[in-house]
Amino acid sequence: MDLDLNTLRTLVTVTAMATFLGIVWWAYGPSRKARFERDAQMPFDADDAGDAK
Amino acid sequence: MNNNEATYNYTVVRQFAVMTVVWGVVGMLVGVIIAAQLLWPELNFDIPWLSYGRLRPLHTNAVIFAFGGCALFATSYYVVQRTCHARLFSDGLAAFTFWGWQAVIVLAAITLPLGITSGKEYAELEWPIDILIALVWVSYAVVFFGTIFKRKIPHIYVANWFYGAFILTVAILHLVNSAAVPATFWKSYSAYSGAQDAMVQWWYGHNAVGFFLTAGFLGIMYYFIPKQAGRPIYSYRLSVVHFWALIFTYMWAGPHHLHYTALPEWTQSLGMVFSLILLAPSWGGMINGIMTLSGAWHKLRDDPILKFLIVSLSFYGMSTFEGPMMSIKTVNALSHYTDWTIGHVHSGALGWVGLVSMGAIYFLIPKLFGRTEMWSVRLINVHFWVATVGIVLYIAAMWIAGVMQGLMWRAVGADGTLTYTFVESVKASYPFYAIRLLGGVLYFGGMVIMAWNVFQTIAEGRKVEAPIPAPATSVAAHA
Repeated sequence: MDLDLNTLRTLVTVTAMATFLGIVWWAYGPSRKARFERDAQMPFDADDAGDAK
Repeated sequence: MNNNEATYNYTVVRQFAVMTVVWGVVGMLVGVIIAAQLLWPELNFDIPWLSYGRLRPLHTNAVIFAFGGCALFATSYYVVQRTCHARLFSDGLAAFTFWGWQAVIVLAAITLPLGITSGKEYAELEWPIDILIALVWVSYAVVFFGTIFKRKIPHIYVANWFYGAFILTVAILHLVNSAAVPATFWKSYSAYSGAQDAMVQWWYGHNAVGFFLTAGFLGIMYYFIPKQAGRPIYSYRLSVVHFWALIFTYMWAGPHHLHYTALPEWTQSLGMVFSLILLAPSWGGMINGIMTLSGAWHKLRDDPILKFLIVSLSFYGMSTFEGPMMSIKTVNALSHYTDWTIGHVHSGALGWVGLVSMGAIYFLIPKLFGRTEMWSVRLINVHFWVATVGIVLYIAAMWIAGVMQGLMWRAVGADGTLTYTFVESVKASYPFYAIRLLGGVLYFGGMVIMAWNVFQTIAEGRKVEAPIPAPATSVAAHA
């Protein structure tokens, strides 16, 4: 198979799509549910300790 | 300059927060003036410096880069420090970004009325100013990413991802689109020509919308809505997908600004398809922000700052539905070059960018000046309603005027001749220009109320420094 410019374009498109689907899988993987819930708390917890009084 | 590692750098945040309000008043005033000029053309007093064609880029630059830009600098410097538990990377460089950015704004306010322009929309400033912008922006990137680098908290909070994408992308957009060959000190010619120049310009133009006016302000949303609501974001996992979906799709939407032009047909169609896809991440993000209030909707009734933040998302949802719709070629055939586009832009600019910035600044000002709340909470509420009524009048008038113009321009008689002359469509638009001016005056009036409230809050406040929590606190909270 010749690796011409259009083949390269196809590869980039398919790789980008696969990467995005990988990110979706990673974000919604059940084993990472707890850590994301903890990350969502970041604007609070320790942050508020430093609020100017 | 206080350069110890025990406190956050609030100085530069304060400076940018105050200038957000100052430039907001100035930029919106210029908007009101040019809206009045469309109604009463004599208002240029036959002075070239006050002509519509020169004041219009001054208005767009002032509201986007001066008002919006200062809001982004202020909030990103605040958020990155507080979510990284680290002082800004360099106080000196941060101060340079403030004074450098103000210099860019002042130079824009001088050169644009003088008619010095490179003629590229939202990139009108001539090459010496472009170089200063590049220097300020690189410094901004160094300060922001330098702060991320020295963070005390392992995870990088999602708001910082949006701010980071905004800073990085705007750097690339500015460098590529501003490439030009100088002819004299105040005149240059684009490095690109013809259809390619147009494509580069709108690749820049739409991504300026996507990354300056969207990603940056989504950074505001992901920090300030949870803070003001006192609840974590509805779904952190959705925010991760939201971020990457925007990153993967926004870059390709630019050609929708060039439908039915010399741009190749396939490029136009590609731009349209990606614009349609953009609806998904946009609405995903909007739902994520609004649903943060799920189960606590009563807070919206009592808290005017939350009203600003949440209603801004409703306008974000409206304009990101309208945008993909207008990118469909057959719809664009009707809407392009009409006031519908102006209505669409202002639904996003006044409704989304404006309201979310104002909400964030109302949140910040008391904290930066040692107060528990603004001088008058009632005036925040007044501002909210005056601004919202102003937006609705503005965009409704432009929708009607725009669709009417599109229909009049394409109407043909049985023999194929045009039914209306162009000036007849101008005459028919006249009442709507009056309604638009009224809407603009209301929105500007709200900004003046805000300036008064901010002035009073600062007058009875004092500059405060906030301590960075000890590492033990950070570790315990994220164990």
